[in-house]
Amino acid sequence: MVGLLEETETGLTFNLGSVEKIPLGEGREYEVAGRLIAVFRERSGALFATQARCPHRGGHLADGIIGAGRLICPLHAFKFELGTGAPLGNDCPSLVIHAVRLNANGEMLLTV
Amino acid sequence: MLEKQKLVVIGNGMAGARLVEDLLARGGGAQFEIVMFGDEPYGNYNRILLSGVLSGTHHAQDIFINPLAWYEEHNITLHAGVRVERIDRAAKQVCGAGAVVETYDKLVIATGSSAFVPPVEGLYRSEEESESAIRNPQSAFKEGVFVFRTLDDCDGMAKYAENVKRAAVIGGGLLGLEAARGLLNRGLETHVVHLMSHLMEVQLDGQAGQTLQRSMEQLGVRVHLEKATTAILGNGRVTGLQFKDGSTLDCEMVVISAGIRPNTQLAKDAGLKVERGIVVDDALTTDDPEVFAVGECAQHRGLVYGLVAPLWEQTAVLAGRLTGRRPEAVYAGSKLSTKLKVMGVDLAVMGAKEPEQDHDEVVLYSEPSRGVYKKLIVREGRLRGAMLLGDTSTAAGLWQAFDRASLLPDNRAELLFALAGEAQSQSVTDLPHEAQICNCNGVSKGAIINAVKGGCTSLKKLCDTTRAGTGCGACRPQVAELLQLAAGDLLTEDPSVHYYVPGVPLTKPDLIAAIKAKGLKSVSAVFAELADGREDSGSKVGLASLLKTLWPGEYEDERDARFINDRVHANIQKDRTFSVVPRIYGGVTSPAELRRIADVADKYQVPMVKITGGQRIDLLGIKKEDLPGVWRDLGMPSGHAYTKAFRTCKTCVGTEFCRFGVGDSTTLGIQIERRFQGIEFPHKVKMAATGCPRNCAEATTKDIGAVAIEGGKWEIVVGGAAGSKVRKADLLVTVDTHEEALKYIGRFMQYYREQAKYLERTYDFVERLGIEKIRQVLVEDREGIAARLDADIQAAVDVYVDPWQQEAIRPRHESQFTSVIASLPRAQPELGLAGD
Repeated sequence: MVGLLEETETGLTFNLGSVEKIPLGEGREYEVAGRLIAVFRERSGALFATQARCPHRGGHLADGIIGAGRLICPLHAFKFELGTGAPLGNDCPSLVIHAVRLNANGEMLLTV
Repeated sequence: MLEKQKLVVIGNGMAGARLVEDLLARGGGAQFEIVMFGDEPYGNYNRILLSGVLSGTHHAQDIFINPLAWYEEHNITLHAGVRVERIDRAAKQVCGAGAVVETYDKLVIATGSSAFVPPVEGLYRSEEESESAIRNPQSAFKEGVFVFRTLDDCDGMAKYAENVKRAAVIGGGLLGLEAARGLLNRGLETHVVHLMSHLMEVQLDGQAGQTLQRSMEQLGVRVHLEKATTAILGNGRVTGLQFKDGSTLDCEMVVISAGIRPNTQLAKDAGLKVERGIVVDDALTTDDPEVFAVGECAQHRGLVYGLVAPLWEQTAVLAGRLTGRRPEAVYAGSKLSTKLKVMGVDLAVMGAKEPEQDHDEVVLYSEPSRGVYKKLIVREGRLRGAMLLGDTSTAAGLWQAFDRASLLPDNRAELLFALAGEAQSQSVTDLPHEAQICNCNGVSKGAIINAVKGGCTSLKKLCDTTRAGTGCGACRPQVAELLQLAAGDLLTEDPSVHYYVPGVPLTKPDLIAAIKAKGLKSVSAVFAELADGREDSGSKVGLASLLKTLWPGEYEDERDARFINDRVHANIQKDRTFSVVPRIYGGVTSPAELRRIADVADKYQVPMVKITGGQRIDLLGIKKEDLPGVWRDLGMPSGHAYTKAFRTCKTCVGTEFCRFGVGDSTTLGIQIERRFQGIEFPHKVKMAATGCPRNCAEATTKDIGAVAIEGGKWEIVVGGAAGSKVRKADLLVTVDTHEEALKYIGRFMQYYREQAKYLERTYDFVERLGIEKIRQVLVEDREGIAARLDADIQAAVDVYVDPWQQEAIRPRHESQFTSVIASLPRAQPELGLAGD
């Protein structure tokens, strides 16, 4: 379990640990407070977090390919905008997105 | 900030407006202040649909592409209804009527063409008026005389037609027949008067012209051939036509549609080089480097184009050059093709209409009672021209064969007729709306057509939006046909279809040259150097594949550029488990190996153990975390059943046991597999070696196959398929030894790696290039590259390392095989807010 860091009006913030756990340019799935979240680390350094499963057929998005703020699901190549969760060229509902940022220790702080 | 350059466009028709759209799409709005001049007091409209307006099937407002508000929105100054009078190149100024003067940095002339009015007596109301007619012909014409060119012409004709019964169209070309259809639809008795011996002589041969004429006549049009009009009769108002042969025709209305002439006067007056049109080079530049010309007014390599497709190719090139997005883009001329309905009769024509050389082959089919006529001109097995009248169901395939100059099937009849009972080649035109076109993604004909109507007018955009054709791809020709059907002349081509990957604007040869010149060895380096630093998720995998081919041993492997299968060396399944297929060379295994596999299946509680189509054993349902352990316990190399690489070589038992075998197929199969295991390709490569022509290993439907024949020889065949497409492989070469077999297989492999587009299977690749060409390069070595290909595939073989046994011991990253990161190493309180 990932530890709860703080609770504010905007939500619960969790420390996911070192950003180095995610290889550069890839994503990993985290279990946070009993639910799964996909966290992505772009080569540019930008971090994104979305719901873990693709709304289309349940593909695990953390296994997808990312670049320039876009995500491709590993199962059927459905595309989404990482920053907004919006579907790109498909009829899926938008992905639920979460705020994630880095602290001075290089740890990822996720707010759900 | 750089000051904007001023770009002036003369002409707001199909070419001028399209150029501006193309500029805006390439960010030209930020680079240029754009000023346009348009003769007509409107925004721009689709001239092709004018006949629809005349027939009453379209309202004028339906055919507008960009209303006046669009120009405002995009900060374009449009002088609508202002005729340009003069170009002053010394002062770089364009002078229009009413003292409108605009200076320019760059000038584009897109003045189009006007109707050609032949010298006929009695055209004008009076002789004096014929003088002023040069300025404004329509107002000087005798009442009832029209040309068919603009929206105003259409309007005038439609109004006049209300009060008359009989009309004649002078000119039996495409536009004349369109005008005739319009008038017929308005209930007029319609005559077409044509100077030549058959209709549409530019596009059709005599027999097709006659077939078309019969169809026209059945609709009620009266056709008069070889009639030279000498005078328009009537006093101030049309009453008939006088012909050279002395005969006359009574009519109350005349539409002149005797061809078009490029509008070149402005350019000529400005001292630019003008022949039939304004002469431009491959950069669409006139002899003044700041002045360009596109569309029907331009003459390129001696040709003036009157169709819309070439015009769009021109504007795309010019926009790419002007914005600097594609400064090297050139226009090399267009392959002409058109698919249209002439008065409800389907017609598709492309390329040559008659044989041009002695050995040109003519394929003909004629069925006059149905109004069907088909003709192909074939040279050296490739399509030079085609004419389809009355039945255009195979037009899409023919166009593809024509455009790509691909090799035609030996049985030419396949090209003329949609084969009965074969769903793939059935014309989509006849399918019901709800028919499923894409069987992978379940996309119906109706959904595709709606998407086209919603603005998806390029094949790429249509496929991306509907997902049709994005599965196995077998339905793409049908999607393309539907696009053509629904979009007609609004069809566009997304330039990215020519790129190797969508995110780097270069074709494969250009991309390879740039990568080599700059020494780019990683995917991120390619984005940095060749794509303005912009990553593209959809391009990463293709680039990784190419780089690995170009830099054996030196490629900088960035795992994020790989598909998940290639990050964990196993094939992802729908439940996020993976399938593990160990390498079993040639499909020949042993009791010990089978026991090991069985033990692994027990130990990891593998839910399914299955024999694959490629003669291997598949362990399905393995968890990501278990992959390294499974590999270690198997102690076998990866079977690469998850990647775009050499997969397996299926074998039969050949001479070892089989009483029919004539070649040692198991030995050859094992040799092939040991040599080429793991080598990456633009797509997967499946192989087979079979010991006799009975072909039990099914080598003739593999990407590459070896078939043993009597006399100790092997036939090496390439480009076979037995998936969504079924294709018999072509014979590349017949050899005597296993060594030679391996040599030619390797040579073909390297050629395919270098020349194929990403995700182009060998069967499409071989069809695209033609087996003759491939034989010339690989067997006859006409390009002198055979030795280099052999060396390069050897280099790829030399650097192969089995990823399983390597990464089972040393993972690339601590979380390479982690499904879910579920715990934090430290307790929460002291995580502190220090970092915030």
